[in-house]
Amino acid sequence: MWEYTDKVKDHFLNPRNVGEIENPDGVAEVGSMACGDALKLTFKLDEQKRIADARFKTFGCASAIASSSALTEMIKGLTVDEALKITNQDIARYLGGLPDEKMHCSVLGKQALEKAVENYRGAPSPEAGARIICECFGVTDKEIERAIRENHLATVEDVTNYTKAGGGCGNCHEAIAQILERVKAEPKVQAAPRLTNLQKIRLIEETIEREIRPSLRKDGGDLDIIDIIGNRVLVATRGACATCKAADITLKHFVEHRLKEMVSPDITVEEVSQ
Amino acid sequence: MKTIYLDNNATTRVADEVLEAMLPYFTQLYGNPSSMHSFGGQVGQSIREARAQAAALIGAAPEEIVFTSCGTESDNAAIRSALQTRPDKKHIIISRVEHPAVRALCSHLSLQGYKVTELPVDKNGLVDLENLENQLTPDTAVVSLMWGNNETGVLFPVEAAARLTHEKGILFHTDAVQAVGKIPINMANNQIDMLSLSGHKLHAPKGVGVLYVRRGTKFSPYLIGGHQESERRGGTENTAGIIGLGRACELAAANMEKENTDVRRFRDKLERELLKSIPQSRVNGDTENRLPNTTNISFEYVEGEAILLLMNELGICASSGSACTSGSLQPSHVLRAMGVPFTMAHGSIRFSLSVYNTEAEVDFVIQKMPEIIERLRAMSPFWKEAGQSCSVQ
Repeated sequence: MWEYTDKVKDHFLNPRNVGEIENPDGVAEVGSMACGDALKLTFKLDEQKRIADARFKTFGCASAIASSSALTEMIKGLTVDEALKITNQDIARYLGGLPDEKMHCSVLGKQALEKAVENYRGAPSPEAGARIICECFGVTDKEIERAIRENHLATVEDVTNYTKAGGGCGNCHEAIAQILERVKAEPKVQAAPRLTNLQKIRLIEETIEREIRPSLRKDGGDLDIIDIIGNRVLVATRGACATCKAADITLKHFVEHRLKEMVSPDITVEEVSQ
Repeated sequence: MKTIYLDNNATTRVADEVLEAMLPYFTQLYGNPSSMHSFGGQVGQSIREARAQAAALIGAAPEEIVFTSCGTESDNAAIRSALQTRPDKKHIIISRVEHPAVRALCSHLSLQGYKVTELPVDKNGLVDLENLENQLTPDTAVVSLMWGNNETGVLFPVEAAARLTHEKGILFHTDAVQAVGKIPINMANNQIDMLSLSGHKLHAPKGVGVLYVRRGTKFSPYLIGGHQESERRGGTENTAGIIGLGRACELAAANMEKENTDVRRFRDKLERELLKSIPQSRVNGDTENRLPNTTNISFEYVEGEAILLLMNELGICASSGSACTSGSLQPSHVLRAMGVPFTMAHGSIRFSLSVYNTEAEVDFVIQKMPEIIERLRAMSPFWKEAGQSCSVQ
């Protein structure tokens, strides 16, 4: 039995925005019945060019249905440019996480969104020139490369979990391994776009609020941001953390690690008494 | 919420009578059957009785019964023994639809220099005996074919297969984990050399199984240790489990008629009514040569895991051959081997009943399934077009 979060269960049992919009501004169909999941996404814009309505129809498992439902909720009210910034990780995060083997469901949502926007813009597919690597599931080299970059994938198994490539006959494992090598060899570009100071501070606050504080509070602890100087985040521990001998380990391994992941790899966390 | 358990090919509830028979062996009669004192010795006597009970269910002699820990161990012990006792032979024949206990073992053995032939099955899930005969070579050590398929319930003609395998002097093993207790089996009337069965599929607890080894068949033990099981399986006996299995075998013999009347009738009713009320659904596997308790139905345009989770909301337990439930990305190897299209395989649900199911439970499932399938089809991007273009089936 899969370990689904309550949020996944909720979006599966009470899916939001099921259906199809008539005369949509953007429409996309991704996946296929043979692959085991498929998603049809439609959206309509309002006068301010914001997504007024989004609907989905999905063939697939609980996490595919929940990912589709989450996606439609997430993009409502956004401009298409804003919507395109949503990553598959964001969809998974919105749902409180997905099992590794189900991450491809969030990728499916991301793909549908991109194709629907392309359809709206009438622009040619940026995937032109892509080569099919996995014949069983029709996955291209471009899709695999992108999944590797965006999700920091390291093994063929990871690639299969995120894109399905290699999940069938297994003939393409060698080719996937080569793509992994190639992407790993690429010079590391700054993955995240450069943030202004204001954006960085806001992102740090948001990450602490959403990702860090709930975990600390579960154990009766907490922390406050005292100051942010460049990439140094100065915090004071509160509650159980203030008296906990392992608090500095938590700060380094959990708080700092998470901030490095979500904000910038240069972040350091320092404890100050206040 | 009441649980409606239609997943008896996965595991079964322990019968009350079985539990009752087992309980003394935990805290009172906990002696080691190998001990010299009568406190242990009396347990040895109970094990002898259990051995006789297990033998009686399949028409075997008690000394032909080796207690093991599970069906998988029995399968491993049988195939490995066949290879050990015929060291000059390097060829194994199985089918494409075997349980992983056989299939994964054989793919492991193929890495160690054994040649493995996997017999195909037809669209009904049946093997072609003529093809089996053609594949037998002087190098073949063992043929292993399952008696009843766990996913579809399809029965292989293992007795006929054993006969023609034996004519060539080749050993024959059958994984009868799903068949024992559901259909009459009489080892006195066939030529099967080894047979595996599992306790928890017939209302005994998990953790106990049997390997039947025909008298006169050379045997090389898989677990080497003490002299237990006449030196065919080392390790202190799972006494309570063995006592439970013995009692369960006795009950299975007593329930055999019910299994083939009431259980079969409920299964048939469930299948008939679901096919009637849910369009674009069909049964996977031969409906003639089939276990009385199993039906595997595909509901097209919807996905199995989603179906199971909606059934779960109503307390109904079943299984699916869909890719999403397996953790792999491909649907069940059994359905693929039968050539069931992926679109059908993804929406397959296996219902497997037992003597504990009631007609009221079956009626509840018959009533609820159409709503579940409709709800998911309403969400499916493929359903509308399909419904319009294929209104006749």
